[in-house]
Amino acid sequence: MCTVCGCAEGEVKIHGHSHDHDHHHHHDHHHYGEGPAGTEVLGMSQERLIEIETDILSKNDRYAQANRAALAQKGVLALNLVSSPGSGKTTLLCKTIEALGDQPLAVIEGDQQTQNDADRIRATGARAVQVNTGKGCHLDGHMVGHAMNHLKLEQGTMLFIENVGNLVCPAAFDLGEDCKVAILSVTEGEDKPLKYPDMFTASRLAILNKIDLAPHCDVDLDLYETNLRRVNPEIEILRVSARTGENMAAWIAWLRDRLADKAATQDTSFAAQ
Amino acid sequence: MHEMSLCEGMRQVIEDQARAHSVTKVTRVRVEIGRFAGVEADALQFAWDVVMRGSCAEGAELVALNLPGRALCYDCMKEVEINARLDPCPACGSGKLMPQGGDEMRIKDLEVA
Repeated sequence: MCTVCGCAEGEVKIHGHSHDHDHHHHHDHHHYGEGPAGTEVLGMSQERLIEIETDILSKNDRYAQANRAALAQKGVLALNLVSSPGSGKTTLLCKTIEALGDQPLAVIEGDQQTQNDADRIRATGARAVQVNTGKGCHLDGHMVGHAMNHLKLEQGTMLFIENVGNLVCPAAFDLGEDCKVAILSVTEGEDKPLKYPDMFTASRLAILNKIDLAPHCDVDLDLYETNLRRVNPEIEILRVSARTGENMAAWIAWLRDRLADKAATQDTSFAAQ
Repeated sequence: MHEMSLCEGMRQVIEDQARAHSVTKVTRVRVEIGRFAGVEADALQFAWDVVMRGSCAEGAELVALNLPGRALCYDCMKEVEINARLDPCPACGSGKLMPQGGDEMRIKDLEVA
C-alpha cells in the first residue's frame, strides 16, 4: 500500500513497447532490509531498545538511488513531469518530441489505467513504456527501474517520466530523476501553488501551459508566478502554449541546456576517476 | 496526509526489524515527524491502534517526536523555524522562504520485550 495516500499496490502493470507480456508486480517480496540497527540493552529491565532511524519511505529511496546511478552511467537526463490531471502533459510531450528532432529520447508514461498516453507518444515515433499503477496514485522508484530496463536507454538520451496526474503524493517519491518539472495550466487557478506547495517546492521548473487560453479565462499570469515563487523562491518559470507552439523554443532550449549539464557532469566524474 | 497508510508502511518496517532481531513483542515505537510532513498526530494515533492489531506491535505505545519546520529566508538569509508552510519569515517578515527540513517521517527506535 502507498505509504502516503493509502492507494493499494500490487496491481502495477508495465506495458513494454514490443512486449506482449505484462509484468504483474506484487510488492510483498521486497523487504526493507536490516538497516543500521544497532542495539542497546537497558539494564533495568528485560526490555531492549532497537535503534532503527529508518525513513518510512526508505525502500523507495533505495530503488531511486539505483535508478539515478544507472542513469548517470549513461549520461541520461531524466525529468519527472508532475501536474494535476488535465494540465496538458501528454500534448506538451508530443510537441516536445517533434521539436527535439533526432535527439535520442524515451518516455515512461504513468497512469492508473489505459495505454492511451503511451499510444499517443508512440504515434510520434518515440519509444514509450506505459506503467499502469492500478489503484496507485504515483510512480515509484521500483516501477521506474523496471520501465527503464524495458527501454534499454542509450548514451545521452532524454528520458521523460510522465507521472500520474496528482499534485500530492508524487512529491514524496523520488524516482531517481535529475529534476521535477511541474506543469500547471492557466485554467487551474492562480492559487494552485499555494494550495499544493510541496510539489512546486520540489520542482526545478514550472511550465505555465495553455497560455493561449489566458485571454478567455480571466487569469493573472503574473500572480501565478508570484505564487510559484512564494512556495519556491528558486523555481524557474516558462509560459508556454503546447497547442500553438508559443514559447516552446525556450522550453526546448532549457532541455538541451540540462542535457549539456548532464554530459558535463559525466565528463567531470570520468576525469575524477 | 494519510495516516492509516503511513502506519501500514511502519508496520512493514517494524515487522522486518522484529524478524531480523528475533523479537516477538514490541512495546513502544518512537517516530520523528516533521511539521511539514503533513501528518496529524491524532489521526496517526487512531490509525496506529487499528493497523498494528495482529502484529508484534499490537498494543505498543506510539510516541511522536515532532521536528520543527525550518526554512531559509531569501531576503535576510537567516535559517528560521516556522510553524506553517506559508508563514512569513519571523525575522524580517519576508514571504520568500525555502523549506530546509521538516518533512521527515522516520522511525527512530523500537522498545522490545
